[in-house]
Amino acid sequence: MALYRTAEDLLKARLGRRSLVAGAGASAAFATTGLGRTLAQDATPDGDPFRVAFIYIGPVGDLGYTYAHDQGRIALEETVPNVETAFLENIPEVQADAERAVRGYAEEGYDLVIATSFGHGPAVLAVAPQFPDTQFIHISGYQVAENVSTGFGKIEEPRYVTGFVAGSMAETGSIGYVAAFPIPEVLRGINAFTLGAQVANPDVTVQVVWTNTWYDPQVESSAAQSLIDLGVDVIAQHQDTTGPQQVAEAAGKYSIGYNVDMSEQAPDAVLTSAVWNWGAYYIWAAEQIIAGEWSSNQYWGSWADGVVDIAPIADFVPEEIAAEAQAMAEEFASGTRGVTDIFTGPITQQDGSEGVADGASMTDEEILNMTWFVQGVEGSATG
Amino acid sequence: MSAPATTTPPPPVRGWRLERVSKPSIAAQILVPIASIVAALVVGGAIMLFAGENPLSVYREMFDGAFGSNYRRSETLVKMIPLLLTGLGVAVAFRMQLWNIGAEGQFYFGAVFATWVALYGFADSGAWIVIPAMMVGGMLGGALWGGIPGVLRGYLGVNETITSLMLNYVAILFASWLVHGPWRNPDGFGFPGTEIFAAATYLPTWGTTRVHLGLVFGLVAAVILSFVLQRTRWGYEISIAGNSERVAKYAGMATGRNMVIVMLVSGGLAGLAGMSELAGIGHSLQRELSPGYGYTAIIVAWLGRLNPFGIILVAFLLAGLLVGGEQIQLSLGLPSAVAPMLQGIILFFLLGGDLLTLYRIVRVSATGAAS
Repeated sequence: MALYRTAEDLLKARLGRRSLVAGAGASAAFATTGLGRTLAQDATPDGDPFRVAFIYIGPVGDLGYTYAHDQGRIALEETVPNVETAFLENIPEVQADAERAVRGYAEEGYDLVIATSFGHGPAVLAVAPQFPDTQFIHISGYQVAENVSTGFGKIEEPRYVTGFVAGSMAETGSIGYVAAFPIPEVLRGINAFTLGAQVANPDVTVQVVWTNTWYDPQVESSAAQSLIDLGVDVIAQHQDTTGPQQVAEAAGKYSIGYNVDMSEQAPDAVLTSAVWNWGAYYIWAAEQIIAGEWSSNQYWGSWADGVVDIAPIADFVPEEIAAEAQAMAEEFASGTRGVTDIFTGPITQQDGSEGVADGASMTDEEILNMTWFVQGVEGSATG
Repeated sequence: MSAPATTTPPPPVRGWRLERVSKPSIAAQILVPIASIVAALVVGGAIMLFAGENPLSVYREMFDGAFGSNYRRSETLVKMIPLLLTGLGVAVAFRMQLWNIGAEGQFYFGAVFATWVALYGFADSGAWIVIPAMMVGGMLGGALWGGIPGVLRGYLGVNETITSLMLNYVAILFASWLVHGPWRNPDGFGFPGTEIFAAATYLPTWGTTRVHLGLVFGLVAAVILSFVLQRTRWGYEISIAGNSERVAKYAGMATGRNMVIVMLVSGGLAGLAGMSELAGIGHSLQRELSPGYGYTAIIVAWLGRLNPFGIILVAFLLAGLLVGGEQIQLSLGLPSAVAPMLQGIILFFLLGGDLLTLYRIVRVSATGAAS
């Protein structure tokens, strides 16, 4: 890793506040070699268009995860001149299918192929070496290669603030969390949410139900219903659709949305939502590649970068709670607080053992690879 | 005042009834499927026209997407392999009227056993040892998972439809537990999935394509099955038991034992499909292995009329439909729902056409007499 320190520092300096996870495993020289320049020449306003392809796990109409990515795609096309985009929806995480989708776009000569689901990773890594002139971005992945980068955002920051709102509004101190898979991405989100809720109420509990699916409105909804039957006051979620929100709305409970502002689907339930602004990342990445300044990297964008945010807080949330949450949000948005501050000790693990010592902070790598729950979460961190 | 006496009886209530045709004509067997497909394409085309698409260009793109280049033909073959093996598996069971809905779980269990062989059992062996060992492992895993409902049905009379279906969930969750837990790649940063298998486990592929040796497994299995089912005493017993379990028992055939054997074979083939997807494509056990091959297999088996060679043809065509369906998303920007919708319509008409080949509709009067 030390080998790449220089390249990273260079990139960091170039990107200003934008975060790069330590350990981007790309060759340092790559950033300034021929490939980037060729692309830059191609993508002048009157040259060949810069073509970007997206591979989605769900339908663009899911009003959640895939919808958020598609909004990013549209923003990219509208913002960066001479960019053409295409997408394939409903591509499962099965390698035989995902690989065909990734390869299909690479063969058609797309300059950048973006696969948006964790399970698309093996397919991207299998195809990329055969198409050295194409750049690949794997959203939420962890493995890079010469022309494969990973991209994600510190959604833990908005999760923490939405957790505070949920903790403040949970009358009996019980929150339910519909979660897809016990992988670090989901675990650390639940932890950040719980730590935020504990700011409002130290005795709050967050009950986790695993669905073992990213996208399944029916399963997501019945999981939310089972949590409501257990007596939770607020439903949070890490899924792709608005199913849990609609169940909360029907049951007269509160809810925290995810991916996009879900208040339209459940106006009386949604307190606020932890949202993605993928456009900010996609525009940046495309501009970097076009300018020839791109090298394989692991992007982990913060609230201050504009990649993540919270949706407006509902007007039925009491003024003082909303104001406190807004103040918190402002700290993250301005960069004075970050994900590292959330995971600074003392933090106790679910089983009572020490998670993070008093005053110590988890490193980015430790946060990204988190496999345990904090105290206050009820449910198994291994599914 | 009294009602006038009626002199005419009330008209007989008429209805319709299906009557089995003893032997459908050759012409009907050929023409009805063709007419069914044409009718399906017309109805699908009408829907596309309604949605503002030119159906002819959609069909051309679909065909082109599945068969239009060497690469695309090769991808259709890749997709065909698991459909062929699982389709053959369920067909064996269906021949005996054993409703094995569990090919999906048997596929996963075969993959799990093959993974154990690749990562733990024969980790350092050469290709000539580890690949056959993975094949045996895959078939054993699938056979075990098919054998459980087989024993329950054969000796205890438990409905195999329910048990085989339920075991799917057990197998998928078991595989999920393995990749999230004990078999998780220690260098995988906590993410699910096993480590990548050694190169010796990779099935040979055809040139630069992804078509792997699994295709040969499927074709050889079809030939063997065809021989066994049509030329051996055991195959004869299966078809007798499939027509009537009571007749088979009366004739002194060991139907319980035959049921277990059939379910072992059926599961073993699905397990081999799971093994070949891993050794040919995935090279590591991941959370998601199958987009539902085990369920599509049921369609493949029926459309192939439970005939191994028919299943080869259907698996190839259905794979083309699936791969071509992706192409219309890519080139025409149609929503991904169009392809499955078309598949649904085609299957609906084919199965409906089947009914018309095997049965005829007769009008019946209230007394039940055909008129």
